[in-house]
Amino acid sequence: MREFLSEKVTNIKPSGIRKFFDIVSEMKDAISLGVGEPDFDTPWHIRDEGIYAFERGKTFYTSNSGLKDLKEEISAYIKRSQGIVYNPASEVIVTVGGSEAIDIGLRAVINDGDEVIVPQPSYVSYVPCAVMAGAKPVIINLKAENEFRLTPEQLQSAITPKTKMLILPYPNNPTGAIMEREDLEKIAKIIIENDILVMSDEIYAELTYKEKHVSIVSLDGMRERTILINGFSKAYAMTGWRLGYACAPDWLIKQMVKIHQFAIMCAPTTSQYAGVEALKNGDDDVKMMRQSYNQRRRFLMDAFKKMGLDCFEPFGAFYVFPCIKEFGMTSEEFATKFLQEEKVAVVPGTAFGDCGEGYLRISYAYSLDTLKIAIARLEKFINKLRHK
Amino acid sequence: MKDELLSIIEKNSRIDFSELAVLLGTTEEEVLKTLFELEKQGVICGYHTLINWEKTSIEKVTGLIEVKVTPQRGKGFDDIAERIYNYPEVKAVYLISGGYDLLVILEEKTLKEIAGFVSDKLSTLDSVLSTATHFILKKYKDHGTILNKNSKDEREVITP
Repeated sequence: MREFLSEKVTNIKPSGIRKFFDIVSEMKDAISLGVGEPDFDTPWHIRDEGIYAFERGKTFYTSNSGLKDLKEEISAYIKRSQGIVYNPASEVIVTVGGSEAIDIGLRAVINDGDEVIVPQPSYVSYVPCAVMAGAKPVIINLKAENEFRLTPEQLQSAITPKTKMLILPYPNNPTGAIMEREDLEKIAKIIIENDILVMSDEIYAELTYKEKHVSIVSLDGMRERTILINGFSKAYAMTGWRLGYACAPDWLIKQMVKIHQFAIMCAPTTSQYAGVEALKNGDDDVKMMRQSYNQRRRFLMDAFKKMGLDCFEPFGAFYVFPCIKEFGMTSEEFATKFLQEEKVAVVPGTAFGDCGEGYLRISYAYSLDTLKIAIARLEKFINKLRHK
Repeated sequence: MKDELLSIIEKNSRIDFSELAVLLGTTEEEVLKTLFELEKQGVICGYHTLINWEKTSIEKVTGLIEVKVTPQRGKGFDDIAERIYNYPEVKAVYLISGGYDLLVILEEKTLKEIAGFVSDKLSTLDSVLSTATHFILKKYKDHGTILNKNSKDEREVITP
């Protein structure tokens, strides 16, 4: 047989997370701190609205770019949270999770050989999606000493005449880092000077524990050159519903809708009805979950401090990213040994980029009781390592 | 901080001060001070335990009694409510809007004892006009807690 597979695809490395997953899944009674999704169930009134949509026979396609009601709610949400207005009819598209929005956003703008700047450590999809779209990913290695924020110097030095887009993944998975207004202002200045687009992945926007999240679209001159991506998975604990969206100027959305229309048709109809309910009446749920995550975050930071484990204080998402360099092991060695000896699964930082070496991603999308058991085991484990 | 503290201890009153301080991002001293204040103000009225008695060998019957009463001039419903809630077997008394006035929740060992309370003590009070007694057959959820919940983490062990 001939070689049938696409080189573009075969050259993509499988997700490092997946690799680790295989080890964990074979192990009995392991505790996992490895998931990147909320531990809460979708709030009942949202699920109920989904059920109601089924009962009413809302089982057909919606318009390609999404239900009118949902696009209006999304537009209203961005207006009340960021003060920026998007026309629901032409500047909003409802997608199958934020991940689809990343994919079609890249495909809509990339020509072969364009460069896309990807700060890492970050979510595993950006690089493969950029490559699939024909771009050359240019990696920026974020640094712990900057609390994993993107600095203007780092951005400046990554820009070339071929740079088309910057991916801005804040609040960040896996580090929990955030970018505040002053940080964003410096980035925006460089972006505008160099005439570059931004894809701002704000899927964790509702989960910040300092100031309220500031989107780069709210800065002067940025709305017209930004694809804002968000979704329902993290804020409303709706991962399995596969519902996300992108807001951008109409010339961009128009092209994204084309790809979406031919590849996907539309986001799941039931999920879209549930999404309307989430945006309309879900604020209290988000507040309750945020408060709960914040308590766990404080618990973990306190526990790390007590055991002397180096970790910068993250203010976003639901991850902490402790440094394990003192133990002289790679992240993968540490995580594997920790799993084998103490039966706790965490994700090696390297799953999110080479510069995640020396770090672990620990998710606090778990009950405090689970976290307590896991942290006790972590303490035991590192004490063993230290006394060797 | 008060609201968050209350929402934590409403669910878990056994939590210790040092842990509360960590979760709230404050000091143990501050937690103690706030708790003391809340107790003094009568915001915190007690630290109870939610028990599913159905799972024990102890027999308990809970009755919900709707009571219609004549309010008294100048006192409204307060005096009659007090006469009722002073009985130790009465677990709760609420003033209710709608078809009746007081909702009385009663816990006894047997159905007969509840019947006895209603006929001997409650109905004989001067201002009580009528009563309607309901018995609880099964508790599904109490104090915001689902009593027979099988919760299992359905998530994949590692996700991006």
